[in-house]
Amino acid sequence: MKYTLFDKVWNDHVVTQQNDGSSLLHIDRIFLHERTGSAALASLEASGRKIKNPLHVFCTMDHIVDTFPGRTDQTTMPGGTEFIKVTRDLSLKENITLFDLGDVRQGISHVVSTEQGIALPGCTMICPDSHTCTLGGIGALATGVGSSECEHALVTETLKFTKPKQMRVIFTGEKQSSVTAKDMILHLIALHSAAGGSGYAVEFAGPMVESLDVEARLTLCNMAVEFSAFTGIIAPDTKVFEYLKGRPYAPVDELWEQAMEYWSTLATDQGAHFDREIIIDCADIAPTVTWGTSPQHAISIDGQVPALISGDSDSRRSMEQALNYMGLESGQSIEGLPIQAAFIGSCTNSRLSDLRIAADILKGRKVSANVRAICVPGSTQVKLAAEKEGLDRIFLDAGFEWRESGCSMCFYAGGEGFLSGERVITSTNRNFEGRQGPKCRSHLASPATVAASALNGTITDVRKLEHST
Amino acid sequence: MKKFNTHLGIAAPLLKINIDTDAIMPSREMKTVSKMGLGKSLFANWRFLDRGTDKEKLNPEFILNQEEYLSATVLLAGRNMGCGSSREFAVWALVDYGIRAIIAPSFGAIFFTNCIRNGLLPIVLDEKTITVLADQVASNPQGSPLNIDLEGCHVTGPDGGIYPFELPAGDRVMLLEGLDAIDVTMKLNDAINAFKTTDHSKRPWAYLR
Ligand code: SF4
Repeated sequence: MKYTLFDKVWNDHVVTQQNDGSSLLHIDRIFLHERTGSAALASLEASGRKIKNPLHVFCTMDHIVDTFPGRTDQTTMPGGTEFIKVTRDLSLKENITLFDLGDVRQGISHVVSTEQGIALPGCTMICPDSHTCTLGGIGALATGVGSSECEHALVTETLKFTKPKQMRVIFTGEKQSSVTAKDMILHLIALHSAAGGSGYAVEFAGPMVESLDVEARLTLCNMAVEFSAFTGIIAPDTKVFEYLKGRPYAPVDELWEQAMEYWSTLATDQGAHFDREIIIDCADIAPTVTWGTSPQHAISIDGQVPALISGDSDSRRSMEQALNYMGLESGQSIEGLPIQAAFIGSCTNSRLSDLRIAADILKGRKVSANVRAICVPGSTQVKLAAEKEGLDRIFLDAGFEWRESGCSMCFYAGGEGFLSGERVITSTNRNFEGRQGPKCRSHLASPATVAASALNGTITDVRKLEHST
Repeated sequence: MKKFNTHLGIAAPLLKINIDTDAIMPSREMKTVSKMGLGKSLFANWRFLDRGTDKEKLNPEFILNQEEYLSATVLLAGRNMGCGSSREFAVWALVDYGIRAIIAPSFGAIFFTNCIRNGLLPIVLDEKTITVLADQVASNPQGSPLNIDLEGCHVTGPDGGIYPFELPAGDRVMLLEGLDAIDVTMKLNDAINAFKTTDHSKRPWAYLR
């Protein structure tokens, strides 16, 4: 029998098969955050049930905490302090590991869980947060769930899933050096729609995926949910093993050896069956940016906002609505659009390698006077590492704000947000209406494109910026 | 959890595609950890004009604010309904508002499970059928309730047309009997522990101490 990578991890976690075709899977790790994890903990508390294995449960503060320097439990988010306090009290009570404010391990859950070696290849992991699929980048079977499902996993260490179909997306060809994992995933979603991965677990493979460093693989898998996939996953290789070695919760000594032996088996067998395969030639990918309000509204930086599609009236209506919301017209160039803000952060693109790429572009230059530019490192560890190599100075000197780590303005919850009508170039993952502030207009792009655009004050092709120096 | 057997209710067509959970339950409306009382925030950005200001008022254009649909308990939606953020607050808001079933060509996976866990029935019908139902409903919303039968797994349209749907057997039983998923799994606790013992010898490195 030939197995896919996904089959292998799945099969090794099946506790029982149910007769309706679903399986009860063992869940190895659970990560919570104060936004939705608090709801799961509060509901657990009210039910009088207990966490089955607190050692395998971790919690962080990322969504609601402020990212201003000198932050406290007070936040600009309405009701925010309650989420923070409930999370802290219940984490303590339930004896789970909390990365609280002031803890050097604090950060965005999906950044912290690989950074701390909590997520591992061949492990199942859930978090009540849709971007948990990020962790597929190191070969974990990770997926976002709701608060009730999270509570189920806390109490039973299991979750019931119906096995999704499987898709392999192969990235081949030669990639331009300015094209990043973010451009690759936006390109895929633009070609195959925001629902293209619906019902599938997606393995990303091929030479261009293998060539990505671990952090870029996390970016690729991060947006599997924007493709509506159950999750994304990439076969772990020596780059992943080197990345994990010595991380605080990674196995050591003999256990490390055993883990490596097991992890080395985690690759799709030659000839294993996929229900669908998509091949993408990376030579076709340019720096990519979204024009609309769905991640599928993505085009090459040198492209034009597409014409309204005829035929499918639903799609046409949603395009019209998107154009209207974004204040754009069909046929308009995306490059050169004036922006009022630039944001580098989020679980998609806020790791050290992302900040390095941006800093490289910003070095010795100034952000346009018309642009408010903000950099929010994905974790306190990332922030400290960046400061150690002087990246904070580069950002600050260029005119960026340099923040404490957290989700920050990746999403708007009534606290800080970009302003109505403001056009923002952003390294985040969702450009939904109001996602970063009421009536604010978000254009998703790579950190390189965000940095280049911040300098010019317009959406900018980073390739041209390089030429101009 | 509230059982679901049959339901006769007024349907509101909201045939947008990719209705995300940010739209169903805007993040800034999630002000407490509690699941209760969220219905007033359902679709807040669409339902209200100038939300949160002293000029706030109902948006007369939004379907759920229109007279004929005020008592709607069923939603007809476009494909990829409930995509995006995993926030269960979206489903809690729908349930609190009084929605009992949503009919769409496809659903966001996390949203779908969240619906089942909260006694809200997600029904998959093809796009054409939904358009047909929406047209029938729109011509006389009050006089055209949909009849949903989970026992028989079909929707009866206003014109008497019968549209079968499928739901995974386990999910169907959960809804029909109003079961709590945790209680059901707790009965398998021995099997779970047995799995862990075997797994521990196979993947000792996966267990933290
Ligand atoms: S950074 Fe943004 S997308 Fe990522 S977990 Fe936080 S809010 Fe969600």
